[in-house]
Amino acid sequence: MDNDKLIIGGHEFHSRFILGSGKYSMRLIEAAVRDAGAEIITLAVRRANTKQQESILDYIPEGVTLLPNTSGARTAEEAVRIARLARELGCGDFVKIEIMRDSKYLLPDNQETVRATEILAKEGFVVMPYMYPDLNVARDLVNAGAAAVMPLASPIGSNKGLASKEFIQILIDEIDLPIIVDAGIGRPSQACEAMEMGAAAIMANTALATAGDLSMMASAFRQAIEAGRKAYLAGLGRVLTRGASASDPLTGFLHD
Amino acid sequence: MENQFFVDSEYLSPAALAKKHRLETDPSSRKNHMEYMPGMEQIESDVCKNVMSQMESYDYNRYTARDVKTAFEHETCTVEDFKALLSPAAEPFLEQMAQRARLETSRHFGNTVYLFTPLYIANYCENYCVYCGFNCYNHINRMKLNMEQIEHEMKVIADSGMEEILILTGESRSKSDVTYIGEACKLARKYFRMVGLEIYPVNTDEYHYLHECGADYVTVFQETYDTDKYETLHLLGHKRVWPYRFDAQERALRAGMRGVAFSALLGLSDFRKDALASALHVYYLQRKYPQAEMSLSCPRLRPIINNDKINPLDVGEKQLCQVLCAYRIFLPYVGITVSSRESADFRNGIVKIAATKVSAGVSTGIGDHESKYTGKEADGDQGDEQFEISDSRSFADMYRDIADEGLQPVLNDYIYV
Repeated sequence: MDNDKLIIGGHEFHSRFILGSGKYSMRLIEAAVRDAGAEIITLAVRRANTKQQESILDYIPEGVTLLPNTSGARTAEEAVRIARLARELGCGDFVKIEIMRDSKYLLPDNQETVRATEILAKEGFVVMPYMYPDLNVARDLVNAGAAAVMPLASPIGSNKGLASKEFIQILIDEIDLPIIVDAGIGRPSQACEAMEMGAAAIMANTALATAGDLSMMASAFRQAIEAGRKAYLAGLGRVLTRGASASDPLTGFLHD
Repeated sequence: MENQFFVDSEYLSPAALAKKHRLETDPSSRKNHMEYMPGMEQIESDVCKNVMSQMESYDYNRYTARDVKTAFEHETCTVEDFKALLSPAAEPFLEQMAQRARLETSRHFGNTVYLFTPLYIANYCENYCVYCGFNCYNHINRMKLNMEQIEHEMKVIADSGMEEILILTGESRSKSDVTYIGEACKLARKYFRMVGLEIYPVNTDEYHYLHECGADYVTVFQETYDTDKYETLHLLGHKRVWPYRFDAQERALRAGMRGVAFSALLGLSDFRKDALASALHVYYLQRKYPQAEMSLSCPRLRPIINNDKINPLDVGEKQLCQVLCAYRIFLPYVGITVSSRESADFRNGIVKIAATKVSAGVSTGIGDHESKYTGKEADGDQGDEQFEISDSRSFADMYRDIADEGLQPVLNDYIYV
């Protein structure tokens, strides 16, 4: 387990919990780092675009990687402009692409996301695109130079869990990049399940932000993600739907 | 009891008074409020038809407690559910509505509350809207800031820490033309991250120009969706043209603005019908322009200079709270702004339930931010206010009060791209 690392664009991480940026508060960032062990924290560039005295940047401890996102972008071009601004603000080379043309459900626009990924990867960004889980699009993202693929589990902020489970499993099975499940994870058990399936990491925000005890929930997520990861590495046993399995082989009588 | 809006100023000439009285008493002396004036752009849109047919058929007394309970059982609030939540039958369920609204607000916005301040740059007005302090027959101190004065006001506001500004004018194309407002937007972009506009409705090409100047959010209040009532309240001027006003948000979105804001002025007409129409205006436009950001306000009538008796009639705080909870449950993704027309107590309470944005450090007068913010005696003229505010908390006080409630004050969540 100690050697089990999450590698994104050549950068190594031990933690497989990434804090999303949806609900924003300083307490949330503290809890995510201290109790959930987050090493990557998403930051909406539009929110860093402030003179506010109590800046989100002050709460990010050393050693934690900032993952600026392009939230607010409605087209590939806007996402590219926001990514470049993030770099100018000193947020590093990581960027999470979020392109939404829908202010109600905030569903990602896969087509524009592929276009933005291609442009930004060429400019040397470590591109992590948020997407609707579609295998063809995931392959296009790989070809466009993405460093990871981030499919949504269910609508963002909904806490509804792995509604797109079957399709995420296909991405895990077919795509060689880390598959990071983003959006919709509402409970530690759902995070655990995604990790058991082979997801590389979990991004969550609302599940923590809306919890009764933020810090305890953050630590519950940490444990669930670690448990799911261990189970995946250990290799899950079979689940039998009916009856038991004979421990003596049925074909043991065959001699030649 | 209806409000008594008509006030005669001793400063009006006999001819002006005669015209005013004729407008007030003789409907035939008034222009057709459904007819566009020259220069007003007409667009093809079915949004208005959809909103109005729903509003006209809305009989809120038909809804019962059972309909309200059904609405609570639905995970997604339908138009029918929303109508039940706005009805008198939902009044006994106010606490339950507030609980549900709080859940939706926290799901979509977390515990954040955005702060902004309005900046009135001119109060000249060519309209006679009987309830408004800026109306052309009201004797008030008129003023229009020049660019130097605007920049000074902006500096004072920006120094307080504010990052979002809403630029307002009275509705006078001749005194405050689009270029003048555009220049103000360009200045605002230097001092603020987010620039919104609340000005007279303009054509698509003019919204496009203002967008290029740096504005990205357009607020237009329809005042009332009851066209017959509207006709009796907006007696003179371009604001009288109801349909041109209705399509303003759609023109703004077509011109590339990121977001638009809506509202009826509660207390002018039947508030339940107006609340229904406001929310459906958002609902249908959102379906047509899914990328747009939308928000609702909920102003109630307030006293004005020379008429301190104007009040919101049957829209008490409980009714206002019901409307806001219903908005939140029906449209969980839209912003809800509560202005300083409401008291500090009401605003402290409602940000925990449904509101996501509040104003602070507010003046509805012209050129008086420095004296209001710093106590320094103003050395120039000041223009009178549009209405009396109720919550006069400064930016710093508001920031602290929100944080003390366990909420996260946010000054900017926006990027101009």
